[in-house]
Amino acid sequence: MSEALLVQEAGAAPLAAPASGARQFWRRLRAQRAATVAAAVVLLLFLAALAAPLLSALAGQDPDTYHPDLVDSASGGVPIGSFGGIGADHWFGVEPQTGRDLFARVVYGARVSLGVAVAATFLQVVIGVVVGLAAALGNRWVDQVLSRITDINVALPLMVIALGLLAVVPPSFPRPVLIALVIGGINWAGTSKIVRAQALTLKSLDFVSAARLGGRGRWSIARRELLPSLAAPVITYAALLFPVNITVEAALSFLGVGIKPPTPSWGQMLTEADTWYQSAPTYLLLPAGLLFVTVLALTVLGEGVRTALDPRAASRLSIGTGRKQRGERTKERAS
Amino acid sequence: MTGFLLRRLGGAVFVLLALTVILYAVFYVAPGDVAQIACGPRCSPAQVAQVTEQLRLDDPVYTQYWHFLQGIVAGQDFSTGTGVEHCSAPCLGVSYQSDQQVMQLILTKLPVTGSLVIGAFVCWILLGVGTGVLSVRRRGRVTERVLTWLTLAGTATPVFVIGLLLIIVFCSTLQWLPSPAYVPFTQDPEQWAWGLLLPWVSLALIESAKYARLTRSSMLETLAEDHVRTFRAYGVSERAIVGRHALRGAVAPVIALSALDFGSMFGGAVLTESLFGIPGIGRELVHAVKVVDLPVVVGMVLVTGFFVVLANALADMLYALADRRVVLS
Amino acid sequence: MTTPLVQVEDLTIDFGTVRAVDGLSFTLEAGAALGVVGESGSGKSASASALLGLHRGTGARVTGTVRVAGTDVGAADEAQLRALRGGKAAMVFQDPLSSLDPYYTVGDQIAEVYRVHNSVSRRAARARAVEVLDRVGIPDAARRARSRPHEFSGGMRQRALIAMALACEPRLIVADEPTTALDVTVQAQILDLLHDLRRETGMGLLLVTHDVGVAAESVDDILVMRHGRAVERGPVSEVLGAPSRPYTRELLASVPRLDGGRVGGPGPGAAPPGAGPLLEAVGLRREFGRGARRVTAVDGVSLTVRAGETLGIVGESGSGKTTLGRMLVRLEDPTAGRLRYGGREIGSLPEKDLRPFRRELQMVFQDPVASLNPRRSVGESVADPLRAAGETDETRIRDRVSGLLERVGLDAGRYERYPHEFSGGQRQRIGIARVLAAEPKLIVCDEPVSALDVTTQAQVIALLAELQGELGIGLVFIAHDLAVVRQVSDRVAVMRQGRIVEQGAVDEVYGSPQDPYTQQLLAAVPTLDPAHAAARRATRSELAAA
Repeated sequence: MSEALLVQEAGAAPLAAPASGARQFWRRLRAQRAATVAAAVVLLLFLAALAAPLLSALAGQDPDTYHPDLVDSASGGVPIGSFGGIGADHWFGVEPQTGRDLFARVVYGARVSLGVAVAATFLQVVIGVVVGLAAALGNRWVDQVLSRITDINVALPLMVIALGLLAVVPPSFPRPVLIALVIGGINWAGTSKIVRAQALTLKSLDFVSAARLGGRGRWSIARRELLPSLAAPVITYAALLFPVNITVEAALSFLGVGIKPPTPSWGQMLTEADTWYQSAPTYLLLPAGLLFVTVLALTVLGEGVRTALDPRAASRLSIGTGRKQRGERTKERAS
Repeated sequence: MTGFLLRRLGGAVFVLLALTVILYAVFYVAPGDVAQIACGPRCSPAQVAQVTEQLRLDDPVYTQYWHFLQGIVAGQDFSTGTGVEHCSAPCLGVSYQSDQQVMQLILTKLPVTGSLVIGAFVCWILLGVGTGVLSVRRRGRVTERVLTWLTLAGTATPVFVIGLLLIIVFCSTLQWLPSPAYVPFTQDPEQWAWGLLLPWVSLALIESAKYARLTRSSMLETLAEDHVRTFRAYGVSERAIVGRHALRGAVAPVIALSALDFGSMFGGAVLTESLFGIPGIGRELVHAVKVVDLPVVVGMVLVTGFFVVLANALADMLYALADRRVVLS
Repeated sequence: MTTPLVQVEDLTIDFGTVRAVDGLSFTLEAGAALGVVGESGSGKSASASALLGLHRGTGARVTGTVRVAGTDVGAADEAQLRALRGGKAAMVFQDPLSSLDPYYTVGDQIAEVYRVHNSVSRRAARARAVEVLDRVGIPDAARRARSRPHEFSGGMRQRALIAMALACEPRLIVADEPTTALDVTVQAQILDLLHDLRRETGMGLLLVTHDVGVAAESVDDILVMRHGRAVERGPVSEVLGAPSRPYTRELLASVPRLDGGRVGGPGPGAAPPGAGPLLEAVGLRREFGRGARRVTAVDGVSLTVRAGETLGIVGESGSGKTTLGRMLVRLEDPTAGRLRYGGREIGSLPEKDLRPFRRELQMVFQDPVASLNPRRSVGESVADPLRAAGETDETRIRDRVSGLLERVGLDAGRYERYPHEFSGGQRQRIGIARVLAAEPKLIVCDEPVSALDVTTQAQVIALLAELQGELGIGLVFIAHDLAVVRQVSDRVAVMRQGRIVEQGAVDEVYGSPQDPYTQQLLAAVPTLDPAHAAARRATRSELAAA
């Protein structure tokens, strides 16, 4: 089943977008207002993350300097001033107890959150495409073995395994790298299942037979006939995975087993905020709001990418007309 | 059909075995100084030697693994220093830090996690499927747009964010609800329900978004199919078409996804439990990870894996049963 | 004077900027039967849907008046429209599998429709369902009513759909391509059933079809449509016997006939008689699946193809003809048997040893959509065999491809265009150009024209015949349509359940068929002469009884 669901989720039929170039993709993406706004937000976040040192310097702050003079030690460390100490020096206020600059911590945190998610998504896609393609193109045994490995991969509960692994790996191993490796290494089964299913469908189509008759070899067919048609569903699925990966990293850090202080990360800021929400609500709302906005923008963008790559699936999702893919797929070839 | 079920079960058993191999390799072979890790940082050399003996760490790797597997299938005896304790059949080892048998630990936590998951499950199915159906019924109108955005917001919100907000609003600011806490059902059903209300609601709000999307897209897919046109052409009302024919098409995927979610949640709704301080499997796991209690970690990961594998097999079977068109292969 | 059952005046339907139906008017008297005939895009199905108001809420713009059984479809409110649909006029759709809900039993679906129009108990509605299922000839109807659609064969499903139409005793049945998805023998049964029902109940029938033969067999009047307009209307014998419009004449001339002759003929390149066969298959066999679920698709087929000749292979769906065709070019591996090409055994060669032969054995596929990669320009697709053969000179490739595109009747300037910019017939021409690029000795054509309209079909067939005459290649022509196969073949093989039941020269097989199955097939082909229809109906019932 899971396969059916996943493929349904990623949507794209293999023949969906006829010969759409990158230009057509951008045109279709820009035609959607929500997706355009989301893309702008995402771009902004990435720029902020990339330019974190620059931005902090611009604000005249850095993420690690303590400012004990800005918190009220009498009340246990509540920032002095309204809204968590927001002012000209500290644009987002300061952290309770330590007085570290929140703006700097947030932009540096964005580096970690987005970086981990990018790396994890990249891993998931690479492993998934390789395994899925090999299973679809290899002989029966290769397919059997790889499909079983994929089954095992599905059975690994991500959060739980990640928790377990983070417990045994020595603390000297850099956490962001470890988290990206864990998410990428445990959660690629979806990609490989989609790639395998799509490649098998494509393989049965007549144009692949025609290429064989034209005298081309297996790898040349995979590269020239299959991969271009696989790009759409894979990109779509990756766009849907990316926000999930951000959430997972935040969750692990929130549980206190992910990114370790003093490296800032949004999830980890939330954990600490948990105890401060009454006296310093901005400290909670800041990472929570950022996480929400980021994940929402990425999700909307993912939907937009799906729509731009596969207009038929998109029409099914938005107005509900369109495709009979299920029937088409199950149609028997032999006659 | 029977053949399909048997094959599927056989596959599940194979995956479970593979899971034990992987977990053993990752947790008991790879880290190196296993005895010290398993025993905990405060162990004396004598205790470490005892753990080494107990886990047969001086034997070749495959013998160790075999011993580990034997414990699960047949049970084994543990020396506690003062005497010998028997750990019966599905034995997942003993925590060297709390001297508690891992299986028993899990069994005491199971009703807690169960209360959380089952209650939340009821809420999210009702809410999710209801939202999905409503947005299909009102498609093309404002209601649908609003529901679509709410659903998107739901999928985009991490459960700990919404949980935190709910606590702040309902417990701290408005003080309408008591702080979430777990009271066993057998002790006081009313307190049980009140204590779990917020965790249920936050889990349901997040999870239901997924179900609303699935219900909606499955129904819309069915509505685009030819047979719906047949019933329209025979004067069947829109209400009957949506409620009878389109909804039927969403049953199989929703059941299958429920089975999957149910399975993985039993392995601990880790975040929800940690956030609300509910002493279930998930919170215990986080605790074990923080203090590096290796047998507890491995045991819980294994049990979770077991639930997930079981849920996967169950999902496949239910999907096949609910969707009679699926070719069983 | 009574009002007509159907009265359509100045009907115009727009889908966005596309005008599907343009000022159509016609009437249908109670109890009469009208066939609406046209090629794809003629607006015939859109007109049929308009009779039941099915365009409502789809965004299509409908103007003009449509009155059916006393209901003004355009002005009717929801309740009136629902009463019309199924109650007074019922629709039978094309694809019987997708037209029924896969999740509910056939009996329940008919009962549901019956209860929309009659306030009766569930039990009574089920009884009615069994009654109508029995009427349309479903054996053991009470038990079969509890089956789901996928447990029915194609013909049975179409019968079930007709039963649903009958359930509320409508005055009009609108049948939209009711037999297009069916085999020719099943098609004949369904048409006979519709004929009997009409005689028995006095219902009116509006039959929409692309197949002139189907209309000729079943209706009194014919309305020919093109580009959304009526071209010609009149009694069947007049329209088909003495068409007054050029388009009708062209349409009729394109329809392949069972008694027609061969298009083209062996050209100068044909091998002299007595030359050895180009391709020879002996006891070819192909099985799918293993163990209990093993299916034998091709079961011991032996045949030969000579250079310059065409072997037609005809059979219904599931007869194994496509699998056989794919084996002949080694896209499918034979399970057993021998396949000799130019005197060399190639049936068991592994992929890498096949390379030298790959280009000489080519295939033209059925589906013009799936046979071209949508993400590559058509020029690139055609150039593929050239590149694979090691040609690297871009100018030479371009010249050769341009030449090939022109040879199959396409503008060479469209090299950079993508498949979706071409029509079905043009795509099939591109497929043929790609095949020619490989300079083949033998081409297997698998249903090359079944997805095309008859006029396009005739052009593609003529092109194939021409090329064969010019190049002297061997052709294997696989089709379900007996008339098409007759048009192109020198010899013909009839397949059934993986075996060849009869094989021989075309005139012999069609003139005096020996095998009872071949006789049945030939008797089921619709004729263009309505006078013959009754006689052939009688022959069919005799053959069925035998």
